[in-house]
Amino acid sequence: MARVLLFGRLSDIAGWREKTLEPSPARLSELRARLAADDAALGEALAAPGVQVALDQVLVRDDAALSTRSEVAFLPPMSGG
Amino acid sequence: MISLTDQGFDPGPLLSGFCRGRAETGAVASFTGLARAEGGETRVLELEAYPGFTEAQIGAIAETARTRFDLQDLMIVHRIGQIAPGEPIVFVATAASHRRAAFEACDYLMDYLKSRAPFWKKEHGPDGARWVEPRTQDHEDIARWA
Repeated sequence: MARVLLFGRLSDIAGWREKTLEPSPARLSELRARLAADDAALGEALAAPGVQVALDQVLVRDDAALSTRSEVAFLPPMSGG
Repeated sequence: MISLTDQGFDPGPLLSGFCRGRAETGAVASFTGLARAEGGETRVLELEAYPGFTEAQIGAIAETARTRFDLQDLMIVHRIGQIAPGEPIVFVATAASHRRAAFEACDYLMDYLKSRAPFWKKEHGPDGARWVEPRTQDHEDIARWA
């Protein structure tokens, strides 16, 4: 069961902050496709420029293989201070 | 020291504590950011972090600053959760042998905290809530260090 975390405006768009996917997707691209199939608006927001992905708390730029224990976080543009 | 807190903090004692026992330091610079009311548009500021990841990313920013400016020490305290206008939201202090490095490191750390540290900021006002995204100015500020 891969775990998906949404931050900032992404969780408002989706209406959830955390979700587990069963069966677990094999790749990040498959996870994106599944989320987009469930919620087109969310799929579009996740693909927007400036949205970064952290896989097990490490930023990844490209597609990546996932395990059943992967934690995938979608991070919209950051704004601290 | 890097810490995230959902409790209010007083920058005065943090700075006093940071300055203590520094016979060889020479220069300490600090910055305190306060939540703005925006003329009544913001009643509460809400800051979200990604526990574990946020601390790690700030740690990496801090290490880069430590090397680049040859710092002896630094301190970063950042609020998360609900923050009222006027309350401190971030405190940064830097210690170096000479003032230029301390000033510049403080400036550098704040530019990176504004747009590279994993925080998401929501303003709650009389007409609802909105997520704050980095401004053009924030991107220009960080580009100065390239």
